[in-house]
Amino acid sequence: MAAPGSHRALTGRLLLFAAGSFAFGFALVPLYSVLCKVWDTGNRWYGTQTAQASVVERPVVDRVVTVEFIASVPHAGDWEFAPHVTSMQVHPGKLYSAEFHAKNLTGMAVVAQAVPSIAPTTVARYFKKTECFCFRPQNFARDESREMPIRFIVDPDLPPDIDRITLSYSFFDLPRTAAAGR
Amino acid sequence: MAHADTHAADHHDHDHKPSGIGRWLFATNHKDIGTMYMVFALIMFFVGGAMALLIRLELFKPGMQFFDPGFYNSLVTSHALVMIFGGVMPAFVGLANWMIPLQIGAPDMALPRMNNYSFWILPFAFTLLISSFFTAGGGPAGGWTLYPPLSLQAGDSFPLTIFAIHMMGASSIMGAINVIVTIMNMRAPGMTLLKLPLFCWTWLITAYLLIAVMPVLAGAVTMLLTDHYFGTSFFNPAGGGDPVMYQHIFWFFGHPEVYILILPAFGVVSEIIPTFSRKPLFGYDAMVYATASIAFLSFIVWAHHMFTVGMPLSGQMFFMMSTMLIAVPTGVKVFNWTTTMWRGSLSFEPPMLFALAFLFLFTIGGFSGLMLAIAPADFQYQDTYFVVAHFHYVLVPGAVFAIMAGVYYWLPKWTGHMYSMSLAKWHFWLSTVSVNILFFPQHFLGLAGMPRRIPDYSTQFTDWNMVSSVGGFIFGFSQILFVVVIWQCVRGGEKATDKVWDGRMDGLEWTVSSPAPYHSFETAPEIH
Repeated sequence: MAAPGSHRALTGRLLLFAAGSFAFGFALVPLYSVLCKVWDTGNRWYGTQTAQASVVERPVVDRVVTVEFIASVPHAGDWEFAPHVTSMQVHPGKLYSAEFHAKNLTGMAVVAQAVPSIAPTTVARYFKKTECFCFRPQNFARDESREMPIRFIVDPDLPPDIDRITLSYSFFDLPRTAAAGR
Repeated sequence: MAHADTHAADHHDHDHKPSGIGRWLFATNHKDIGTMYMVFALIMFFVGGAMALLIRLELFKPGMQFFDPGFYNSLVTSHALVMIFGGVMPAFVGLANWMIPLQIGAPDMALPRMNNYSFWILPFAFTLLISSFFTAGGGPAGGWTLYPPLSLQAGDSFPLTIFAIHMMGASSIMGAINVIVTIMNMRAPGMTLLKLPLFCWTWLITAYLLIAVMPVLAGAVTMLLTDHYFGTSFFNPAGGGDPVMYQHIFWFFGHPEVYILILPAFGVVSEIIPTFSRKPLFGYDAMVYATASIAFLSFIVWAHHMFTVGMPLSGQMFFMMSTMLIAVPTGVKVFNWTTTMWRGSLSFEPPMLFALAFLFLFTIGGFSGLMLAIAPADFQYQDTYFVVAHFHYVLVPGAVFAIMAGVYYWLPKWTGHMYSMSLAKWHFWLSTVSVNILFFPQHFLGLAGMPRRIPDYSTQFTDWNMVSSVGGFIFGFSQILFVVVIWQCVRGGEKATDKVWDGRMDGLEWTVSSPAPYHSFETAPEIH
């Protein structure tokens, strides 16, 4: 049997190991962001690409891709939020614009943030937005309604098997989600 | 260290036990604590089992019969938490407490005081969890995985659940540290690591898994807590977080956790099969290395629980391949158990029966696991009853049967009495037949498309659900026999010999008297 002192040393090391594991759990947070960027999964709000305002258009006229728009709000009844058109036929390499309608029903002035997501996730890198209301928080006065634009271009290098892209926005109101939890 | 002093003081008074409730409240004896763990696990097994029967009651036929969906979801969530953290894990810690010092020739566990804390945290943790049923909004209903944002929308049960999980985690980590220090520091002279009984080996590896991943779960639920109350946005897209990240962190814990639930079961079975085959275990070293490989692989397969969340093709390929790789060391184990029996002179006492049922039925669970590992097929199986059937096969006739096998194997050593073999065999046959009636049809339901976690279902699923419910009730009530057998055995019965079984008994635990003396090996035995 080993000397009693070594129990303490080993226990200490194991406790340190447990503390390290706890820290590792939190280290997974930045690690996850890095891996998502590397793999470009499009799950994260930076998943879709921001392009320079002056993109060069080189339309591929013999190819048509359907772009669908989806809008959702986490708290039903707080917002009117919907795309003007639910789908568009686009040529890759050509710049298009679309509009979303939003109306604040929360009964107070709020700051809102739209969070985009794209499906299939692998097309995130080919879907470039030159302008989007999701780039910055949106201030809304009480009962204010507004049309919000996006301008986008689908990269001509889009893999040939993709004929449909779905772009989804969730509209969050920031003060409540950030300060009061849910 | 405190235990050294106690040990010296007790030297003249060999079997002196503290009396009254204090013996249990302030217990530092590994056998007393082991007993408390086992009894606690048994109670939780019945609490969780009662929840399961309520679930099967509601699912007996389509339509909403008894509960509102919210309460049904609470039942599903709590059933899982109670069975995993209150049933299977404490049962294995109880077996570890009882058997590890006896198997390695040590007087007690290395850290008796911590042992006491780690047990007594548990009743408080489960009181918190179960009391959450009485809060506004009912019990936790977002599934045991507590995925946000759903879990964050819970009522007042939310913080209670989180704190209960913190406490269970602390308890497991302390238990694990105790096991490691005991095995590393207190082995009898001459017992090298590769002479360690396999139950101790599997527990040693399990303990390292626990220390590596329970804190990660604690971290994940702490993030949920701060997201809910302190305005952080770990999992909240509005603040730049991502709910999918929770799933990654959770399953980084969750997959090693499923091996935490099964590795000690492998250990128990590896003790029992050689005994009743009257042959040494085939391929001892391979068993140790296979266990270690399974533990290592458990850290790199987590995303197979979440193939459908959207991940790059390369990620799906990696997690699919690494998951299938686990079949190799597991196959080694199943092969070695089978080979141990090959040309052995087998006898079928209750522990052996349960070990054999484990071997056969756990393998079925392993095969359905391989089916689920195939990423393209998993898109079809995800969140169906096929998954439910899979993990219940590995957990009920897997982990739970191994616990029962272990209890039937060592119970005479604990109590000093033999139990009723015929009642135990009734318990075995009723359990084994009914557990298949209960879970096998769930494979069919899942493949036919019945989703999990629903209180109502389409009428085409009715027949198999009825069969499954009938099996569930037979299985549930059969467990009363288990309690009867144990109760009779504690109360009295034919005197057990030191060797207990007419079989091949290699372990040190069979060299001490039955019942095992209150303090195990005061003089360390020599190992040759």
